[in-house]
Amino acid sequence: MELVVRDLTVARGGVPVLEGLGFTLRAGEVLVLRGPNGSGKTTLLRTLAGLQPPMAGEVSLPPETIAYGAHADGLKAQLSVAENLAFWASVYSTGEIEGALQDMNLSGLRDRPAANLSAGQKRRLGLARLLVTGRPIWLLDEPTVSLDTASVALFAACVRAHVAGGGAALIATHIDLGLEAGIFDVTPFKADPHRAAEPGGFDEAFL
Amino acid sequence: MIALLIRDLRLSVRAGGGFGLGLAFFLIVTILVPFGVGPEAEILGRIAPGILWVGALLACLLSLDRIFQLDFEDGSLDLLATAPVPMEGAVAMKAVAHWLVTGLPLTLAAPLFGGLMSMEAPGHWWMFLTLLLGTPALSMIGAFGAALTVGLKRGGLLLSLLVLPLYVPTLIFGAEAAARGTAGLDASTPLLMVAGITAGSVALLPFAAAAALRINLR
Repeated sequence: MELVVRDLTVARGGVPVLEGLGFTLRAGEVLVLRGPNGSGKTTLLRTLAGLQPPMAGEVSLPPETIAYGAHADGLKAQLSVAENLAFWASVYSTGEIEGALQDMNLSGLRDRPAANLSAGQKRRLGLARLLVTGRPIWLLDEPTVSLDTASVALFAACVRAHVAGGGAALIATHIDLGLEAGIFDVTPFKADPHRAAEPGGFDEAFL
Repeated sequence: MIALLIRDLRLSVRAGGGFGLGLAFFLIVTILVPFGVGPEAEILGRIAPGILWVGALLACLLSLDRIFQLDFEDGSLDLLATAPVPMEGAVAMKAVAHWLVTGLPLTLAAPLFGGLMSMEAPGHWWMFLTLLLGTPALSMIGAFGAALTVGLKRGGLLLSLLVLPLYVPTLIFGAEAAARGTAGLDASTPLLMVAGITAGSVALLPFAAAAALRINLR
């Protein structure tokens, strides 16, 4: 199981932001994406997650292996912590949420509506979703936003356990998680923004 | 996919979910019309099928923009798109949830509300039957419109403008079938047309709506 990216160009709103990207992520590895704000880390992750097509290049990965953790946690405010998590567990047909609740230190909050959680607690619940997906490759976009030091350590321990179990993670982050990780800086791959997409695609209006 | 249906149903009965909103709107419309038209039972009985159909259609429209908008705003639509659920299936489940929360209660209540419009005895059953056949199409067409406008700020008004013209065939044949049935005439042709529109939208629109959602998520 490995994620291979070759000569990839990704675009946001029809304008290329990164081009010529290439890296390989193998099982048991963590790769940290670096780059200033607006450099295209989120666009790259969304492309790898399959939410948008690449402009050029190739992404090869085994099917049904990606778990994407976005900026937004996708929580339903009216549902309790356990209900939110149980929904994702049944979408991914894993069904088991107790381990994830424990690993993210949410056991004491399981019956609380997500509306009443603090920002950090919501984030922990969002990250617990990754644990119930059972997917080997995690694509994480700024996973540590609004987490305190203890929760960051908790999260780092989860990533370590995931990787030790044969998983892999690609993490866009600005802070040091204290992980044994390769670093991939996207800055040298910045695309020329004036070279806009060739017009003519039928979905041009939607870009 | 069943998990998605259960979640949507659960959300709709929790606080702010909007369950019963369409039904209450429908009731108010059927109460208001006799005030406006006057109490003559003969006139009311004659226009009742049409009024009930228009009322049901507008009540259906009320909750359409919630189908995808809330999921889009809190990010769960992105996560659903990367989950092992086909987008077409997710759209179909969302339309089913919308029908169970809006269309089905309207269908069950219409024979009852028909009494407020001085509807005669066989008319109740015709209202029930035509709405039962027609409201699934309303939910499915509405889900397609909601998928097209997801992500637009204040997309609700645009959604109404897009969807209402698409509702016209269902309305024409549904109201016609109800009116003919109530008058004791043969209603099988408009009834078959309504059923055909529903079958066609349920078969085709999940694919169109899923394609629209994928483009809107880019």
